[in-house]
Amino acid sequence: MALNDRIVITGIGLAAPNGNSLAEYRQNLLDGKSGVVNYETRYMPPVLAGVCNFDELRYQTRRDVRRGTRAGSVAVYCANEAIRDSGLDWETVEKSRVGVYLGITEHGNVETENEIYEISQFDYDTKVWSHHHNPRTVANNPAGEVTLNLRITGPHLTVGAACAAGNAGFIHGLQMLKLEEVDVAVAGGVSESIHTFGIFASFQSQGALAAHEDPTKASRPFDSARNGIVVAEGGGICTLERLPDALKRGATIYGEIIGHAMNSDASDFVLPNFKRQAECMGLALSRAGITPHDVDLVSSHATATEQGDIGEAAALQLVFGETNAVVNNTKSFIGHAMGAAGALELLGNLPSFDDGVVHATINLDSPDQRCQVSHLVVNEPCDLRSVQHIVNNSFGMLGINSVLIVKKFDG
Amino acid sequence: MTGEEIRQVVLEILERIAPDEDLSDLDDAVAFREQMELDSMDFLDIVLELRRAYRIQIDEKDYGHLTTMTTTVAYLEPRLKDVSVAG
Repeated sequence: MALNDRIVITGIGLAAPNGNSLAEYRQNLLDGKSGVVNYETRYMPPVLAGVCNFDELRYQTRRDVRRGTRAGSVAVYCANEAIRDSGLDWETVEKSRVGVYLGITEHGNVETENEIYEISQFDYDTKVWSHHHNPRTVANNPAGEVTLNLRITGPHLTVGAACAAGNAGFIHGLQMLKLEEVDVAVAGGVSESIHTFGIFASFQSQGALAAHEDPTKASRPFDSARNGIVVAEGGGICTLERLPDALKRGATIYGEIIGHAMNSDASDFVLPNFKRQAECMGLALSRAGITPHDVDLVSSHATATEQGDIGEAAALQLVFGETNAVVNNTKSFIGHAMGAAGALELLGNLPSFDDGVVHATINLDSPDQRCQVSHLVVNEPCDLRSVQHIVNNSFGMLGINSVLIVKKFDG
Repeated sequence: MTGEEIRQVVLEILERIAPDEDLSDLDDAVAFREQMELDSMDFLDIVLELRRAYRIQIDEKDYGHLTTMTTTVAYLEPRLKDVSVAG
């Protein structure tokens, strides 16, 4: 592969319900510390959610926070953290050669609900509807807020990809780098989903909203006592660069993205299709030029719904059933961060390249026997001594699948 | 509301719109935009907040009256003379 086609991760910024930096987040994943808490939303009894507590004012003025959206604030925080972490001399970076590509599950529901609530206090007089509604709800909002904040003049867009969006953001970024349309891609995924009741109410109506007297035990992928999804907010954003550029400036390289794939189930609005998921993993492996036996760790997507967990377990068994690859699940700690899920789940696993340790799937007290996942990392981290390849799964509604394969950088 | 009460209402709106600004030495005779970061969207927030709090409809042709604190209070005083300060 030509050097310019090799894309590497050089900076990481994140906001997770259990950590506002990679170091804090990773430590809490190793320590089994959940970020799920009791949470109030409009119109409904209290629910559970993964809630972030990053400092919005670290990179934004209060005026910018007021005018923008929560997803925008998440994105601005993560993008700034990633750029700072990358070591890029930001003042001298050509801003027209930087692109921002952020995956989102949805955007605009929060702001629309807020406005409808507001006008409901005025007998639905639309004259009190805010002029901020349109700039807050355009689909590119989170990525656009990043460009405004960092004075980036290259392209920006969000990638709407349901819960496959985090990987999709990375994939779009790496493709733009390979096409040499940009020199730095600020890529990943964000979510503000917990700030609207609708997502909770919809999952509840679907029979897929988690409940538990102990919030930290509510997110239970692959466990027989699971009862649904814990919705979370958050963001995970990286700086991606072509390998020669990263080497030239002596950047820290967290990993090389050697394979990716996206496909569609074309079978159901919400139910997963394990064959298509397995095909997606297979395509990513093929593009990476490796076999399932080369994979050390699979970061699973499983959301703690019965159909989803069983489906992914079947897909994993098809692809990795005969291998020694271990499987973990980060949603068990933070819930389902929607557009940020794929990004956060990958980022939490990248430190295993350095120490060989893989964080667990927690709350797995009574494994669902219908989920035959070989080598699931159960409740305690495991020390593999060495991790060379990570497969990151992310799947979403309308049958959208995304897989990313990252390799430890070894020159 | 008296002129002084209207001034206080407008000042509180400005503080919400521009939370990073120190408005303690705001000059009533000088245009808002010359003393603080206030773009057209912020300006519309003044109009919106007055509408929400006091049901006052300010037509676009009258926006020029909302230039300084002095002109704003002068414009609003007759329109809000029978209205109490919102709680």
